[in-house]
Amino acid sequence: MKNVNDIEEIRKIISLHKRWDFIFMIAGVLALMIAVLTFMALFAHMLIDGMPRLNWEFFTSFPSRRAESAGILSAWVGTTLVMLVTAIAAVPLGIGAGVYLEEYAPKNLFTEIIEINVTNLAGVPSIIYGLLALGLFVYQLGFGQSILAAGLALALLILPVVIVATREAIRAIPVSIREGAYALGATKWQTVSDHLLPYSSAGILTGIIIGLARAIGETAPIITIGALTFIAFLPPSPIKQEFPYVSFEWLTAPFTVMPIQMFNWVSRPEEAFQLNAAAAGLVLVVMTLTMNGLAIYLRYRMRKNIKW
Amino acid sequence: MANESQSKISHPGKLGYSFRRNLNERFIEAFLFLSAALSIAIMLAIVAMLAKESVVFFQHVSLWDFLTDTQWTPLFDDAHYGILPLISGTVVSSLIALSVALPLGTIIAIYLSEFAPFTVREFAKPFLELLGGVPTVVYGYFALLFVTPLLQIIFPELPGFNLLSAGLVMGIMIIPYVSSMTEDAMRAVPMNLREGSYAMGATRFQTAIRVVMPAAFSGIAAAYILGISRAVGETMVVAIAAGMQPNLTWNPMEPAATITAYIVQVSLGDLPHGSIGYQTIFAAGLTLLLITLVFNIIGHMLRKRYREIY
Repeated sequence: MKNVNDIEEIRKIISLHKRWDFIFMIAGVLALMIAVLTFMALFAHMLIDGMPRLNWEFFTSFPSRRAESAGILSAWVGTTLVMLVTAIAAVPLGIGAGVYLEEYAPKNLFTEIIEINVTNLAGVPSIIYGLLALGLFVYQLGFGQSILAAGLALALLILPVVIVATREAIRAIPVSIREGAYALGATKWQTVSDHLLPYSSAGILTGIIIGLARAIGETAPIITIGALTFIAFLPPSPIKQEFPYVSFEWLTAPFTVMPIQMFNWVSRPEEAFQLNAAAAGLVLVVMTLTMNGLAIYLRYRMRKNIKW
Repeated sequence: MANESQSKISHPGKLGYSFRRNLNERFIEAFLFLSAALSIAIMLAIVAMLAKESVVFFQHVSLWDFLTDTQWTPLFDDAHYGILPLISGTVVSSLIALSVALPLGTIIAIYLSEFAPFTVREFAKPFLELLGGVPTVVYGYFALLFVTPLLQIIFPELPGFNLLSAGLVMGIMIIPYVSSMTEDAMRAVPMNLREGSYAMGATRFQTAIRVVMPAAFSGIAAAYILGISRAVGETMVVAIAAGMQPNLTWNPMEPAATITAYIVQVSLGDLPHGSIGYQTIFAAGLTLLLITLVFNIIGHMLRKRYREIY
């Protein structure tokens, strides 16, 4: 036992321990640096390989057996249409479920089961959603390997993200807002639709953007429904010249999406195709990073501006 | 009754307003309930779909063969249906990933939660979030065309497809996931525990290791377990960089297939609906779902516990 009255002795021990503080600081910065450098390497590698391929023709050409003239036209059109289906399916259902769990749900066993189930769904590997879509949408419901089947599969995948974001955004609104609305004679739904949803819209939007950014990059479920094929045509246009001006034929059309196109090129042995993969990857990363960045910015602004 | 007369007074000439309003409310509540209940329907549909095809599969293949046969060659003439080679690939790639993600993720979390100045944290957290948003197929490309050639400089005999590079990249990919959950758990530890420790003359490092980490134990354990489940279910990195040939090996320098990579491999081919090959991916999927579900449930139970303590 050391002599505790000796203040010098204690100082010495503390300064000895403080050295560990310093060492750990460096370890922390290094660990962060590994993550940063990996990301830099990934981005730089794709930039060097892919940049020369990124020109107007790349965006307006179909995939081709000749690497130099291959492009991503059918892939980005496919991605846009699949995301459209995903958003239309996942947004109302996700917000609806979030609102129900936060505002309507009675405290009972069933509610608790739903809550546990939502967290479990968030942890199910994405490829399992692909198997569900293969069995249910492609064969059972007969959608085939179509935009509709892919869009719905991705919608199920991002549903937990939208639900959780909605719940958190609504939970942040103070009770006084609800009480004020009820005091003026508003019904429950009027309170939700006129007050809670508008006030939480930025938070919900953040969740939707993060969910869609994840869906854009998902490859496994789409491969699983069997969509890796050579697609050198566009789905039928949703807008028609003659009455009724809109058509839903595109929903059942075969398709390809950006990550699938990239996977297809990566898995070819020829180097020329791998350059195409780099270019497609670059487009994909820029798309997802922009969306995630937008979500982070929205959240940042929300935190700054909203003070209840 | 009272309600009805009131609404008549406040809305003269609008008979039935209250009735319509109530109907409207009921209708909306029903829609909201259905969308919440849909999550249960999805889970049931997943289980039912996997179980339905797996039942047919297990009529052809006994459970004993499935668990003990050391070969997985369902598409060959001499078909073997042993899940072990796929399990070994999954275990090896996950172990490599976790040996990267858990230490680095933990160090980053401790650093950000206990050491980093405000500005570093403000930049590091969104950056990590962006890192987590990069599509997995891009990480696969990176593993195959950047990390593997790099590793081949150190290990010249390393084949083009191998578990090592896939595992390493997967580990980097999971870092943001582990670090953000670990940090959340550590931040949930109340300030007065730290203040007490500082008052006793402990340094930041001592406080972090001996006070904050034990207090956040269940949260950190949850982060690890959910990280494991993420590694086990990861698909594209291993499918691209580790090859898709089932191979019963514990050597990370060899190519091998994981459960997920096998499902991808079969899906790439043109298997007729209802064939035994088609059923194998559902049996493999069921195995995967069971593994991840066990980890997820343990993880969420632990997470709930640390939330309840404070």
